[in-house]
Amino acid sequence: MSGNGYAGLAAEVVKQALAAGATDAECTISEGDEFSASVRLRELETLKEAGSRAAGLRILRGRHTGSAYTSDLSSGGIRQMVRSAIELADITTEDPFAGLPEAAELGAIDGDLGLYASDVEGLPTEVKIDAARRAEDAALRADPRISNSEGASFDTHVGRHAFANSRGFAGEYCASYCSLTAVPVARAGDSMERDYWYSAARGFAGLDQPEDIGRIAAARAVRRLGAVKVETKKVPVVFEPRTARSILDNIFDAVHGGAVYRNESFLAGKLGKRVASERLTVIDDGTIPGLFGTSPFDDEGVPTRRTVVIDRGVLQSYLLNTYTARKLGLRTTGNASRGLAGNAGVGNGNLYIEKGAAPPAELIAGIREGFYVTELIGFGVNIVTGDYSRGAAGLWIRDGELAFPVSEVTIAGNLQQMLMNLEAAATDLEFRGSMAAPTLVIAEMTVGGR
Amino acid sequence: MPFAESFFPQRFGIATRDLENHLSEALSQGGDYADLYFEYLSASAISIDESIVKSASQGVSLGVGVRVLAGERTGYAYSDDLSPEKIRKAARVAACIAAGPASVERVSLNEGRRRNLYPVLTAPTETAFTDRVELVKRADRAARAYDGRIFQVQASYADNLRQVLIATSDGVLSWDRQPLARLNVSALARANGGPPQRGHAGGGGRVELRFFLAEKTPEHFAAAAAREAIVMLDAVEAPAGEMTVVLGPGWPGILLHEAVGHGLEADFNRKGVSAFSGRIGQQVASPLCTVVDDGTIAHRRGSLNIDDEGHPTGRNVLIENGILRGYLQDKLSSRLTGAAETGSGRRESYAHIPMPRMTNTFMLAGESDPEEIVRSVPRGLYCPDFGGGQVDITSGNFVFSAAESYLIEGGRITRPVRNATLIGNGPEALKYVSMVGNDLKLDEGIGVCGKEGQSVPVGVGIPTIRIDRMTVGGTA
Repeated sequence: MSGNGYAGLAAEVVKQALAAGATDAECTISEGDEFSASVRLRELETLKEAGSRAAGLRILRGRHTGSAYTSDLSSGGIRQMVRSAIELADITTEDPFAGLPEAAELGAIDGDLGLYASDVEGLPTEVKIDAARRAEDAALRADPRISNSEGASFDTHVGRHAFANSRGFAGEYCASYCSLTAVPVARAGDSMERDYWYSAARGFAGLDQPEDIGRIAAARAVRRLGAVKVETKKVPVVFEPRTARSILDNIFDAVHGGAVYRNESFLAGKLGKRVASERLTVIDDGTIPGLFGTSPFDDEGVPTRRTVVIDRGVLQSYLLNTYTARKLGLRTTGNASRGLAGNAGVGNGNLYIEKGAAPPAELIAGIREGFYVTELIGFGVNIVTGDYSRGAAGLWIRDGELAFPVSEVTIAGNLQQMLMNLEAAATDLEFRGSMAAPTLVIAEMTVGGR
Repeated sequence: MPFAESFFPQRFGIATRDLENHLSEALSQGGDYADLYFEYLSASAISIDESIVKSASQGVSLGVGVRVLAGERTGYAYSDDLSPEKIRKAARVAACIAAGPASVERVSLNEGRRRNLYPVLTAPTETAFTDRVELVKRADRAARAYDGRIFQVQASYADNLRQVLIATSDGVLSWDRQPLARLNVSALARANGGPPQRGHAGGGGRVELRFFLAEKTPEHFAAAAAREAIVMLDAVEAPAGEMTVVLGPGWPGILLHEAVGHGLEADFNRKGVSAFSGRIGQQVASPLCTVVDDGTIAHRRGSLNIDDEGHPTGRNVLIENGILRGYLQDKLSSRLTGAAETGSGRRESYAHIPMPRMTNTFMLAGESDPEEIVRSVPRGLYCPDFGGGQVDITSGNFVFSAAESYLIEGGRITRPVRNATLIGNGPEALKYVSMVGNDLKLDEGIGVCGKEGQSVPVGVGIPTIRIDRMTVGGTA
């Protein structure tokens, strides 16, 4: 990473905003270098490489807010951004809850969080292309039915993030990321299916072997071939970790402080109450070294922490930034998240469902007839009501075994009942992103088909 | 307006000569095509929540993307600094996709023919904030006034003005000024302390601010959102399984976007990974169906004078009387397959590589009376409004989620049902279209299409249609 001292620049922007009439201010600066190489049918297909940086400013004049951003970090660009933010405070409404965190709440957690691995920057282009080529080649060789490919890609991002506010906070950190993905296409007769597999890590050394990624992606695509549409019926539904993660995504939306104070979440008003089976424990932890949801401070300069969201079925905490916490009469959980424009939103740290005691195969073995879901599509989840209806593909479970592939069906229910009907979480919890869940079994949902 | 008087030469002193030099640099390693995409985007957003204008923001992002094609290969680099040294550096990085001596002779740029599908004198982004903030305040008041059971309203207004300049090594120099604005309203209703229900509405286009004052007012969108929330208070469980579905006119055209649109993008078909690959000339829909993608409709959200590769957009027939006619092409796919360009190369920003995308996708009107279509159904589902949709282009399976729908019982629309997802298979679903209404309507201007991480504004449209068989993902 070239250059540093962005925290100093952010603090300087804050100072300028105060001089221009703001009573409080906070400034975010992000800089990043991205690289992407993709290979298709063993030939290099694209190479992309560039860097960019930008700043965002949010100011308060009393209880009025205004916000502006720019990709021009010259002194002229900064001046314009400050003027723009101040101008906008005139059109917003006085909001008694608007404000920065209290000074005592600000800070950063200490120690090496393992966010930056030095082996990403400077990794030779040939090595990156070769990793993608090896992953795709392994997929193409894995099975004669792998007839085609959407390719494999190697992506990296190295960035620096700085934040300062007028309550005296200034901090910055660097983070690196790399990932390798393969997307093979399988064909048998008229049936054509694609699937993918990937590995992601803070550093190159943390990635899985390219050959393993390719083989897993190929096996996933092949097992979907010849899928049928089943009859409409109510059965137990098993979510593999990849699709179970999306249930966690729904839980996140439901405990998001903004949805809660507006009463647009089915979990609003349920703090301290049983909202799920006692097999469900959900934790958000932004402090685990090396993981993707980890950072020393949130986007308001508050230290990240570990928050138990649901403890054995009982709702213990929402995920909050300063604003949503004040609206609910609570304290921030260090979950402020923001882009460059507007007010801070709420984001997750490492949000995960605690693993259970049984391996996934054992859970499947106990099901006479059911649906093992490997893919979900669409946006049919209503967080206000919990109504849940999504397109699904996967494998039909018969007599405790994965019997045949199924596609073009829906699965439907209501999240409130689905969480209560959670029968088991398996042992296979693995952090492949900032949200992670093990295999989950829900006692009954409606599968819509023929 | 000659080039010298356009935005980038005026604001950044960019001259034709500079562009030609950068293109030559991009082709210096043997690439066979290169282009430059300059973008200056000013954007603003205002939102109201709990009757308080809590957020207002504005900002600018600018940059240039340099692309080099060498056979099937693409090299791409960008810079958020428009100085000649930084552009030259980006051109050198992109050039490396090719390996060999320069093969293209000196580039010579010519100004293309120009038209203006969105003659907007003053873009909303250039108007006073005090006028724009009124839009969200009016929407908030109107939604609350609609019905005493509305207890929560959020409205957001966003606009942007995009200045683009595109120069290509085959000599095309083009530029455009692209305004865009949208107002969204969401309302929550609750009756007697029961569970809340939500309604949504929104719209806009490449319009002047006057559009929201004279044509589609904040009150129009507010009433639509509030009405939907109130209707949903009485919703019963949605049915599950295969049944007859009637789609209402307008936004339900998202069916076409998911079921056929994405599967007809040329990149997937060139690679043979779409369920529609190799099916040109085949029957993929009932003979009642003609589907077009038209980027030339004045003031529409999905319209563009030129696509993001500098090619004029067009009216492209995708399906004609049920027969698959063509794909949506970008520069790379048309170069590789020899197909004519369709003006469908789009990108989210200067930091993104263009690819084939839709503009405004809709089905042409048929001859049936919409009321007669509903009357013809003994038992089924009527869907006048949807949320989002998604497709797996390889298997062809697609979904779209009903936001407002009703049971049809004995030829009459009866009870509202809770949100349900509809699922079908692209090359099959439209074969079951048995009636097409005479009431084609385009959506209000709200669509955002995502593909491979890039978002672009799009439009859809459809008349009332009857689909004899589709799977509905309810619980009853």
